[in-house]
Amino acid sequence: MDVRVQGDAFDVGAELSAFGQGDANVGAVVSFTGIVRDVAGGLDRMEIEHYPGMTEKAIATMVDKASARWGLADSLVIHRYGVMRPGDQIMMVATAARHRVAAFEAAEFLMDYLKSRAPFWKKEFGADGSSWVDAKDEDEDALSRWD
Amino acid sequence: MVEVMYFAWVRERIGEPREQVDTNAATVADLVEELRAREERYAVAFSDLSALRVALDQELADFDAPLAGVREVAFFPPMTGG
Repeated sequence: MDVRVQGDAFDVGAELSAFGQGDANVGAVVSFTGIVRDVAGGLDRMEIEHYPGMTEKAIATMVDKASARWGLADSLVIHRYGVMRPGDQIMMVATAARHRVAAFEAAEFLMDYLKSRAPFWKKEFGADGSSWVDAKDEDEDALSRWD
Repeated sequence: MVEVMYFAWVRERIGEPREQVDTNAATVADLVEELRAREERYAVAFSDLSALRVALDQELADFDAPLAGVREVAFFPPMTGG
């Protein structure tokens, strides 16, 4: 398991080329990369605040659950905080497993939990000022499918 | 004494990220009542508890959770990670 909460950008290609290597049981690697998008137009930047200490622990707990449930061979979560602009990579998840279904499901599970249970808060800054991004009901609903 | 922390718009409304609070509150809800009674900015920040989440010693908790033995209480809006 590798969990990193950092301000700096990361290199998805370099991370993935190293991920899951050297384990003969790994038959599938799935990854997801989250990118700052500009839905309405006019987004200058996004600032992500987090809760140092709790953030790392909360993510590690999610990864432990995913590893146990899907028998993951390896897992990686990188999530940034600080200032990001449209097109910048915010976060990535990678899962390695024997078969693809486990790797896909574990990655989806981690994404659903990161959305609603990892202590990050996004604020958008544009021409019209700034506003905190509201949590969506559908993100909360997405968690229930894993009960 | 407990360390009380605020994040995102809760931090902005209260005007500081953290403070030491001298309290004998039995539960989170009791602590919220004490804070609300302090000043208008607290009353505004805590006007709608359904819009807030709380963590006790960095674990998500409920507003009726006991505070005995807790060192760090954090209030924040629903999280928006990912």
